[in-house]
Amino acid sequence: MLAFLIRRLLIAVPTIFFVSIIIFGLQQLLPGDPALALAGEDRDPNVIAYFHKKYHLDQPFPVRYLYWIDDALHGDLGQSLRNNMPVGALVLQKLPVTLELGGIAFLIALLIGIPAGILSAVKNGSAIDYAANVFALWGLSTPNFWLGIMLILLVSVDLGWLPASGFVPPTENLGENLRTIIMPAFVLGNAVAAVIMRHTRSAMLQVLSSDYVRTARAKGLSERTVVLHHSLRNALIPVITLGALEFGQLLSGAVLTEQVFTIPGFGKLIVDAVFNRDYAVVQGVVLVTATIYIFLNITADFAYFLVNPRLRS
Amino acid sequence: MTAIASGSTELAERGPLRAALSRLVQRKSAVFGAVVVIFFVAVAALAPLVSPYDPLATNFLAVRKAPSVAHLFGTDEIGRDVLARVIYGARASLLAGVVSVVIALGLGVPIGLVSGYAGRWIDGLLMRITDAMLACPFLILAIALAAFLGPSLTNAMIAIGISAMPIFIRLTRAQTLAVKVEDYVEAAKALGNPHSRIILRHILPNILPPLMVQATLAIAQAIIAEASLSFLGLGQQPPAPSWGSMLNTAKNFLEQAPWMALWPGVAIFLAVLAFNLLGDGLRDALDPRRK
Repeated sequence: MLAFLIRRLLIAVPTIFFVSIIIFGLQQLLPGDPALALAGEDRDPNVIAYFHKKYHLDQPFPVRYLYWIDDALHGDLGQSLRNNMPVGALVLQKLPVTLELGGIAFLIALLIGIPAGILSAVKNGSAIDYAANVFALWGLSTPNFWLGIMLILLVSVDLGWLPASGFVPPTENLGENLRTIIMPAFVLGNAVAAVIMRHTRSAMLQVLSSDYVRTARAKGLSERTVVLHHSLRNALIPVITLGALEFGQLLSGAVLTEQVFTIPGFGKLIVDAVFNRDYAVVQGVVLVTATIYIFLNITADFAYFLVNPRLRS
Repeated sequence: MTAIASGSTELAERGPLRAALSRLVQRKSAVFGAVVVIFFVAVAALAPLVSPYDPLATNFLAVRKAPSVAHLFGTDEIGRDVLARVIYGARASLLAGVVSVVIALGLGVPIGLVSGYAGRWIDGLLMRITDAMLACPFLILAIALAAFLGPSLTNAMIAIGISAMPIFIRLTRAQTLAVKVEDYVEAAKALGNPHSRIILRHILPNILPPLMVQATLAIAQAIIAEASLSFLGLGQQPPAPSWGSMLNTAKNFLEQAPWMALWPGVAIFLAVLAFNLLGDGLRDALDPRRK
């Protein structure tokens, strides 16, 4: 097991290396002198000089990259121009908000997606199956920022049940925190629920037609036991892998959801940074997101390894 | 038995493409998807003829008017006709959907072909770079690229195309690995054909069906991505109409003019749904083993 984990971690090293080259390479897309663009609209000569020195702009690309990655490996992702804070500290400040949003969204997606997938497979070809498939198509085709706007219109403007925007930290008031986060989390989890539902259905259909399930039925076990005890455990194995990967996608979807609901998280940070031309923050957010995503991949592989007895043996 | 035999003979006689087309038209959802796609393409192409108003024409006497006979979808915050803007917005969305997928195909397929065909260290290197691109979530990478390239529809299309590229590299490579060991490819090598001819004449045509399916589904993703970038202000720039930027403006007037938010969203939903249904239908039609 340890050998598997070490091998998987070693494969991640070149991936993170290339991710860092891509992210650093983004700077090359800036037209003209990067220091001018990085200095923002004020173009303060001191700031320009700072960036020339900071990013070693008189050096060739590979040398500049080595300086940058050395700083990044020491936790220095640069300085935010707008917030006048180290990018690393800024990211750490915003990340918990997005992780809470993503975590609740993921929970909602699991609570909708897995039961809907099981029902759809067990009632294959029925009206329930049809309805679940329509739900999945709806989830995959609806832009989450539009769903957010429509829910604000219905739940906040018309019914007045929940606040339309804003965020209260859980440490301040847990009740208010849940009231502000439940609607964005539902919006974010909607598409993931559709993906999980489709995969659960597909895995369940495969398992339900297998020999050991036929044997379990032949032994006279109730359908409930066959579905929940014999089929679901095996059907959920591929869903576990998918779930970890989808959690990474939630971080991406959070950019739009946080924008619609004005939640001060990781997604809003990158959008604000784009408009403030705070490129160090943009690079920092992409680097952290990609690293989280790579480690979620490893976690997914490891979880798959743990729950699959054939792989363990 | 005889009926089955005669049926398969009939399919074989019609050729794989016609057989696939025949299976496609038997799927109601795929036909619905195709009809909606054709409808949107026609609306976008004929926008000047079908649009009731100029999408940029402001009318300060008709600011935020609710839907009526004069303005079927209502008007926006500076009196522009929402229907006209939804119609012209189809141009930006479809253009972005198609062009970004063409960029992803144009870059991803050659890289995937080389990676799968050459193997060894070239494959290893290209796959690690592809893994690195796949590690950056699609929208985050597109936002970062659009941020560094500058906000415009063209740059949004480039950003979406580059972000969508890794999927095509992976798919092309996997298909190439499967096809390059087929007897006809070995025969072409034995005859002394150059590598470029083997790749272009013998491998590429045989890996096109899964690429077509992926391209159709990728258009749906690209439409959402363009709308997302425009919603964030990184795509189509005002006053040019785009469904995403219309929603961005609409969210500021939800209480006063909810119709401003309704119709662009319905348009995005229908266009994406149509491409998803068509893509699913194509996948089933091109692979008869799937149900």
